[in-house]
Amino acid sequence: MSATETPQQEAEHGHHPTARDYVNIAVILGILTALEVSTYFFEFGPLGVPMLIVLMVIKFLLVVGWFMHLRFDTKVFSRLMYTGLAFALVLYSITLAALYLDNFSAMT
Amino acid sequence: MAAGAHETSLGIDHRKLGMWTFLGSEFLFFGAFLATFLLYVQTTAGGPGVEIFDIPFTSISSFVLLMSSLTMVLAHNAHTQGDLRRMRMWILATAGQGAVFLGGQVFEFNVFVREGLTFGTSPFATSFYVLTGFHGAHVFIGILLLLTLYTFSLTGKVKPNQPLKTEMIGLYWHFVDIVWVVLFTVVYLIPELTVLD
Amino acid sequence: MSSTTATRPGRYQRPNPREGFISWITTTDHKRIGLMYFWTVLVFFFFGGVQSALIRTQLAQAEQSVLTEEIYNQVFTMHGITMVFLVVMPFAAAFFNYLIPLMIGARDVAFPRLNAFSYWVFLFAGIFLYSSFLLGGAPNGSWVGYAPLSTDAVSNMGFYAIGINALGISSLAASINFIVTILNMRAPGMTFMRMPVFIWMALVTSFLLLFAVPIISTALFMLMFDGVYGGQFFEPATGGDPILYQHLFWLFGHPEVYIMILPTMGIISETLPVFSRKPLFGYAAVVFAGAAIGFIGFGVWAHHMFTSAMGPVARSAFALATMFIAVPTGIKIFNWVFTMWGGKLRFTTSMLFSIGFVSMFTIGGLSGVTHAIVPHNAQQHDTYYVVAHFHYVLFGGALFGLIAGVYFWFPKVTGRLMNETLGKWHFWTWLLGFNLTFGPMHMSGLLGQPRRTAVLPAELGPTVELYNLLSGVGLIILFGSALVFLYNLLASTKKGELAGEDPWDARTLEWLTTSPPKAHNWDKIPTVTHRDEFWHRKYAEDEAGRPVAVPAGAAEDVGDPRGDNAEALDEHIHMPDASYWPFVMVLGLVPLMYGLNFASAPLIAIGLLWAIIGMYGWIIEPLAEGDDDDPLDAPNPSATTGAVTY
Ligand code: HEM
Ligand SMILES: [Cu+2]
Repeated sequence: MSATETPQQEAEHGHHPTARDYVNIAVILGILTALEVSTYFFEFGPLGVPMLIVLMVIKFLLVVGWFMHLRFDTKVFSRLMYTGLAFALVLYSITLAALYLDNFSAMT
Repeated sequence: MAAGAHETSLGIDHRKLGMWTFLGSEFLFFGAFLATFLLYVQTTAGGPGVEIFDIPFTSISSFVLLMSSLTMVLAHNAHTQGDLRRMRMWILATAGQGAVFLGGQVFEFNVFVREGLTFGTSPFATSFYVLTGFHGAHVFIGILLLLTLYTFSLTGKVKPNQPLKTEMIGLYWHFVDIVWVVLFTVVYLIPELTVLD
Repeated sequence: MSSTTATRPGRYQRPNPREGFISWITTTDHKRIGLMYFWTVLVFFFFGGVQSALIRTQLAQAEQSVLTEEIYNQVFTMHGITMVFLVVMPFAAAFFNYLIPLMIGARDVAFPRLNAFSYWVFLFAGIFLYSSFLLGGAPNGSWVGYAPLSTDAVSNMGFYAIGINALGISSLAASINFIVTILNMRAPGMTFMRMPVFIWMALVTSFLLLFAVPIISTALFMLMFDGVYGGQFFEPATGGDPILYQHLFWLFGHPEVYIMILPTMGIISETLPVFSRKPLFGYAAVVFAGAAIGFIGFGVWAHHMFTSAMGPVARSAFALATMFIAVPTGIKIFNWVFTMWGGKLRFTTSMLFSIGFVSMFTIGGLSGVTHAIVPHNAQQHDTYYVVAHFHYVLFGGALFGLIAGVYFWFPKVTGRLMNETLGKWHFWTWLLGFNLTFGPMHMSGLLGQPRRTAVLPAELGPTVELYNLLSGVGLIILFGSALVFLYNLLASTKKGELAGEDPWDARTLEWLTTSPPKAHNWDKIPTVTHRDEFWHRKYAEDEAGRPVAVPAGAAEDVGDPRGDNAEALDEHIHMPDASYWPFVMVLGLVPLMYGLNFASAPLIAIGLLWAIIGMYGWIIEPLAEGDDDDPLDAPNPSATTGAVTY
């Protein structure tokens, strides 16, 4: 971007979403939440957990992308956020795996 | 050193960059407590376990918090258009929904304690209270920030041409919301499906 | 300089004292904050040193009881905490504060008030930790604070859990500040690959802090909840798993060791080229290796837990990853050696300490690799061999390099040179004392001397006893050496030879401005066209590639004939105003910390309220003139040259 732009102008590059867009996103989020909660009332068998995880990820991405403007903002912000997220996911998964394996070998 | 983004090396405002940096690190904070909860989800020491959760109740408060993200982003939208009056209305709505969520959490904790799940009952209990409690503390700080923003927009400290201030608080608020999106699924819904069966 | 407050009568004003006590309490100048870090670190270093003397006295002979076991445990714990969290880390912060803006051609950090906040939190958390001696005893569960010992009241580890957590807040705030500063406030033309290596290492260190601090924070919160509030995180009786604590601690703990060493690696990468009169060998490799170390450093934590419950798969994986991390470390060592290779070496004190760093650190790195071999580790773990390892990397490494940095930048900070004769005395006695103290620990450790043990068992035999005596003698030499350093430091501040702008014929931007730098650092922000910008302003290359001096005058931050502030008057340079609020807000932390430790709700409430009020003061306080908070600027604030004063 050129040296004279102000932050406001910059945001406008990416077709800044309107209030209408935000409401639409919120409606989708509401529907997804209803779907999530339905796992409590109905039986989805082995599909339940994968479905919940997928729904969670979609909700996450919708909020982050639209409400937090990550889709429209500079890549730097996405990188910062996803680095933190990736570190958390990887490190704590390994930790949990190591701890479960311990408990497992202690039991057998 | 200018505040305006136009004079920085990356063309980004310092404050927004700082906020995102901070949020990146928060994932590791909540992640550790969440991992701990997962480790202990069945370690109930004879006390209550996940069956104690009241899913319909929590669903409603989760929904309220989710919708507070909508009002938050609408507040920001109003502020970008310089409309402080509408911005204030949405800010109050956001803070109100946050308060409803917090109230729900306090109520939920009270019920759990009465049903025998105290802080020191089991690793499950401690990790549940600390994880959701720290989230609640974040919501509380968020409400304080929102009310501050509200007040300062009345005194003139926050001006119509400064939507960045609303945006910053919004970023924090949405972050707290996505943390709950994850917690609601991983702490309440999934154990409800897996541990209970 | 900002001269703004006077022009706005009737408004709430910001303090702007230039001298005296208040000026230090309220300062937001990165250079002053850097200096405050430095002097505070020296005080804590003294305390840490006294504790080490107590340890060595107790262990000078077998079966001694100079200290009770209880006191001994407190002393070695506080020694570790002090040296790690109150000396090496803030020492690096002192350099970051002072140098980052100067080396990237900025006038301050991105958030000057947050910067002051970091310092005050550090100071008060340090005082809080030390107050434990008067309040029922200092923590005695070692710097790693393993549960479940640390959750037992007998260990006094509440002070540890809360104090270190507060220090974490300080580090986190500082890391965000430095990240934003480096990413966003570089002088025109300073692309990433033109940044000095020191700046690169500061950036990597800040990212390590950013992602590692929240992890230790959770671990410490869990300790606190278990220890003070009846939590069950690590309570085996109800099914809690103490190994979880070890994982969380080392998830932070290993990145932490790189947090401590990378700043030094940055310093060395600046001093060696200057005193070798050659550019750094393999700039890109050094930068890349630094980033790689930071990254891989997150994946090796469990090598501290080889002797804890862990399966063979995990052990093998972590052993492998640990050996891998020695590769980028080795790359750097080669780069430094090749920087010196064929250079015109000048053996100043700073250079000697730099070379000392490279050699001592290599020894420590090698013993580290021996730890990584799992069967060896089972033999070495919790012996003095490990103590030898980490002192070679931390004392021989981090501290040597930081001292090299002190000798190197002292003339920039004070305008005077440190005495070289005293400096050389300091170096050689320091090197001798260091090796005499810690070298024998390799042997005594392999012969079976356990660490963290109050009494040296006689059954280990006279050889081990002799090694311990040697360590004691070494420490006496180190104390003498430290006195020489201190005297040199104080005397040179007053009477040292005048240094001028560029006493070392240096390469980077900070040498372009006056010594000491003016409050606003530059009359005119330099434009950067090269890596090693300053060097390129002084020298061009002839056909054979040899440097030839360019005509004088081109190299300076040429002042205006109208005097120092002339340009400031033209351009109206805005500097951040001073502020009481960081200090005031941090005062609230004091009741909060004690309240948490003694489970006192009123104290916690007072602390929180105080901090919140402080925060409001912080927000309400007017920013400097020209900022977007000034009503005069409406309607388009971003078109003015405002000063950020966060
Ligand atoms: C070449 C790279 C390195 C390797 C392979 C390495 C490996 C190790 C291993 C395996 C241990 C655990 C020993 C045990 O307790 O059984 C250890 C301990 C330690 N290392 Fe390193 N290390 C390296 C570099 C460093 C550096 C650069 C630092 C600090 C600047 C450092 C600081 C420490 C500390 C403080 C401990 C002791 C922790 C404690 O138990 O109190 N190491 N190292
Ligand atoms: Cu390690």
